[in-house]
Amino acid sequence: MTEIFAAVISIAFHGLALAMVLYLISVGLSVTMGLMGFINLAHGVFAMVGGYAMTTLMSRAGVPFPLALAAGVAVAVVVSLILERLLYRRLYGGDELDQVLLTMGLVFMSVAAANYIWGPVSQPMLLPPLLSGHLDLGFREFPSYRSFLIVAGAILVTVLWLGLERTRFGAQIRAAVDNLRMAQSVGINTSRLFTLSFALGSGLAALGGGLGADIIPIDPNYALANLVYFLIVVSVGGLGSIRGPFVAALLLGTADTAFKYLVPELGAFFIYALTMAVLLWRPRGLFGLSR
Amino acid sequence: MRFEKFAAVVAALAGVALAAGTPAPAQTIKIGLINSNTGFLAQAGDLMDKGISLYIKTHEKELPPGVKVELIRRDDAAAPEVGKRVAQELITRDHVQFLLGIVGSPIAAAVAPLTAEAKIPLVITNAAGVAIPRISPYVARVSFTLWQQAYPLGKWAAQKGWKKAYTAVSDFIPGHDAEGAFTKAFTDAGGQIVGAVRFPTTNPDFVPFVQRVKDASPDALFIFVPAQGQATAMMKAIKDIKLREAGITVLSTQDLVPEEELPNMGDTPVDLITSGIYSVAGQRPANAAFLAAWNAEYGDRAIPDFLSADGWDGAAAVLDVIKQTKGKFDGDQAMAILKGWKHESPRGPIMIDPDTRDIIQNVYMRRTQMKDGKLANVEFDTIPNVKDPWKELNPPK
Repeated sequence: MTEIFAAVISIAFHGLALAMVLYLISVGLSVTMGLMGFINLAHGVFAMVGGYAMTTLMSRAGVPFPLALAAGVAVAVVVSLILERLLYRRLYGGDELDQVLLTMGLVFMSVAAANYIWGPVSQPMLLPPLLSGHLDLGFREFPSYRSFLIVAGAILVTVLWLGLERTRFGAQIRAAVDNLRMAQSVGINTSRLFTLSFALGSGLAALGGGLGADIIPIDPNYALANLVYFLIVVSVGGLGSIRGPFVAALLLGTADTAFKYLVPELGAFFIYALTMAVLLWRPRGLFGLSR
Repeated sequence: MRFEKFAAVVAALAGVALAAGTPAPAQTIKIGLINSNTGFLAQAGDLMDKGISLYIKTHEKELPPGVKVELIRRDDAAAPEVGKRVAQELITRDHVQFLLGIVGSPIAAAVAPLTAEAKIPLVITNAAGVAIPRISPYVARVSFTLWQQAYPLGKWAAQKGWKKAYTAVSDFIPGHDAEGAFTKAFTDAGGQIVGAVRFPTTNPDFVPFVQRVKDASPDALFIFVPAQGQATAMMKAIKDIKLREAGITVLSTQDLVPEEELPNMGDTPVDLITSGIYSVAGQRPANAAFLAAWNAEYGDRAIPDFLSADGWDGAAAVLDVIKQTKGKFDGDQAMAILKGWKHESPRGPIMIDPDTRDIIQNVYMRRTQMKDGKLANVEFDTIPNVKDPWKELNPPK
């Protein structure tokens, strides 16, 4: 009995690490889809850009992990600002299918570009020696890197929540998500808000992509292969919400891992069944706003 | 009347004079290379392509004078429907005389019937599904089957005294083959399979599956995953869950320790036992020549593995057919040469079995060790001239 319990702890632990990564990547998508009403299927591209920048700096230039991660985030933010100004801006408030077409095109371009520049091999992710190995907590040993992911994820999530609740910028975002017209009438510069929150979302995605490069490998098909996971987290969580995707990512990460353990033949299918069940019960997601 | 006849004779003579005077026209043999450049097999496709291109580049000068080869590459995106379509285009639009390549068994199985219809020979340089050469008499394989590697491994494991084994494989044709082969050999020798799991082909995280194995406490775990990023992901899971420290021996085919992924695995694979058909560390003159050509061309931008060596050999087979027939052949003549074709490969001596059109080669037991600061698969035992066991156990009806 204790063996099964120990196994469940191990599974929950790994699932939690995966959940943190998924949340970091997807929260930006939730905000931009809820705030701007823009279907950005290319969100995974920014996570990929961050991941590629980080791994390239680490393996080619020997840059240490924290610095390379920060550089990856910076690169993704710059790329997102350029794309927002040049492309995304033109389709705000436009037809949803146009947005889907544009962003899917961006996804395919990213696949081809990554394939051309880095080749089809997935990028090597060499963990800093401090974070590889195991953490001995007395009653159990835990892999160090996954522990780090959980702790770092928890800190980042808290910072994000505080940022949204306590800062003026956060208040502006919440206002614009709740009622865009009213926010504009009150004098909030929604255009600048869009640009900044898009950059923030993409930066967070890059952070998630870089931190999670050990669990979700960085290869040219990244944006396409993981798109479904990001969309599930956002749709189950609820668009425009910060809490929602967190709960959804937790559900997704732990349930996926647990069910692959308990029922391996059907394990991968379970998350889709869960998604369908939740969306049938709450079409707007668990914490989605009913407008 | 007489003038027309006179003119016709003059024209004919002129024609003959012209034909005799001009040199023989240069002949270009078109070879259609069907490869996976996108999709979940893309990494394997890249290494296979490099092996094929390298052989053609370094051995083109051996072709008969006036004969050239042109390699026409098409992407099957690891999807059978796409592979079938590009094969059709290569045959009907580009008029290729040879088809070469194919990474994935499902794609090879879809393309094989077309070769019978068009009488175009296909030389398979990777796809390992056991029954594929039986689909068409115009298919020959130079690579391997999973039965060739997993069956001897199962026997070896039973001989070592291990009684309980668990199998964990990717859920597609090569995975099923590997699972079936290991299981048959292990159980025939008295062992017991205590559990079997199949995971989705694009699964990124193996931790839950490995945890399950640890809980079952077998003596040994047999793994098959396609040789690419998944091998590294599997190694990470084995390290994280501390499977080997729990006393479970990990066994696999060469796909778990492909040379291009070894640098990403740290020291986890040290002392791992695998069965395989090619190791970069293999000591033989043909391998030295292959590696020298590889390093000259690609340097350290790419690390060769069994896919590259098989591609190299496949190109050798095609070029040998062209050399022997001086560039003039049809499908039947090509197949006649391919059946019983012998070659000194970087893998050792290989031959295409004239009865089954599949490969006969040495299978090596290897141990992964540190050599000069890098991981290498060191061959410690050789099982010579292995024919595909599945075909021997399942003769055609």
